[in-house]
Amino acid sequence: MCGATVGGLSTEGIDVAKETVIQGSVTKGGTPVSGGYVRLLDAGGDFTAEVVSSATGQFRFFAAPGQWTLRVLSPGGRGESTVTAVDGQVTETDIALTS
Amino acid sequence: MMSRTDVLVDTDWAANHLETPGVVFVEVDEDVSAYDTGHIPGAVRVDWREDLQDPVRRDFVDQAGLEQLLSEKGITGDDTVVLYGGNNNWFAAYAYWYFKVYGHDDVRLLDGGRKKWELESRPLTTDVPARPRTDYRAKPARTDIRAFRDEVIAAIGEQNLIDVRSPDEFSGKLLAPAHLPQEQSQRAGHIPTARNIPWSKAANDDGTFKSDDELTALYEGAGVELGKDTIAYCRIGERSAHTWFVLHELLGQPNVKNYDGSWTEYGSLVGVPVEKGA
Repeated sequence: MCGATVGGLSTEGIDVAKETVIQGSVTKGGTPVSGGYVRLLDAGGDFTAEVVSSATGQFRFFAAPGQWTLRVLSPGGRGESTVTAVDGQVTETDIALTS
Repeated sequence: MMSRTDVLVDTDWAANHLETPGVVFVEVDEDVSAYDTGHIPGAVRVDWREDLQDPVRRDFVDQAGLEQLLSEKGITGDDTVVLYGGNNNWFAAYAYWYFKVYGHDDVRLLDGGRKKWELESRPLTTDVPARPRTDYRAKPARTDIRAFRDEVIAAIGEQNLIDVRSPDEFSGKLLAPAHLPQEQSQRAGHIPTARNIPWSKAANDDGTFKSDDELTALYEGAGVELGKDTIAYCRIGERSAHTWFVLHELLGQPNVKNYDGSWTEYGSLVGVPVEKGA
């Protein structure tokens, strides 16, 4: 898609200093995957939230500081990533799907 | 007692009933634009905020308002209404409970909702169906499945209180689900004596409900005395509608109420007890 930010979503309009943002993109073979179900699991493995990746494969969560796992389900495959989020910062992660 | 198939349909059943007269598919989402990007063929949209909430007061639309809405959507009281949506059916479950509050007989949820349908690469369309207007008649709102704040306060230490939010919302670390911005004014924490059994524990990864045996083990394992009066709550009553569905419709528990005021009301009340921590 024209004009899409490379990597994460634009944080325009968000007071990043007050949030703990985790965001990134879902790809398969280097191509963005839209419509992927991205789950955010807490350090204990419990479900916290789920969003659908955008037309450009991107997603975003407003979390809390700590360790999180992101797990993606899509008709095209599955993927997983673990991140450590920090208060007032945007943590970027890219998740590559495997069939 | 009702059986699971009276309240829940699977994607195969749905695919085989898309054109069955008397069966109406209704999509209900938090992200109301999802319907425009593609929906189950023949499905109509209900907007949980614009269509189901009073535009001024914090409450449901009244009986006449619901009658007007469902008449415009071309739904009759005899129809089998099959609800589905995104977010693991949160808002579809909310609408299910809402249809039951107003006495619709035959409502069912699509097991797994929009996610399961999409993960199975089943067809979606952007065509909006034309359904002729009906003359829908709702029943007076039931209060036996809806809890209000005073009975919630009275239930502390007396009834099962089930907080179905994520552990971080329960402990007070987060104020909202993590896909939403966190800026809100009310206090964080939970209602004293509530047990935290996140709605998600009742669902599989693909959004379908776990088996009755698994569900019974889940609640009993968390110390819930099934059969005792129960109130479920979350932040705005949509995830707790999912748990209300599990307890009341799938497990057939007799007295289960959904507290739709939930944490956005309780966490803003002056003088009520609040607990923090796990």
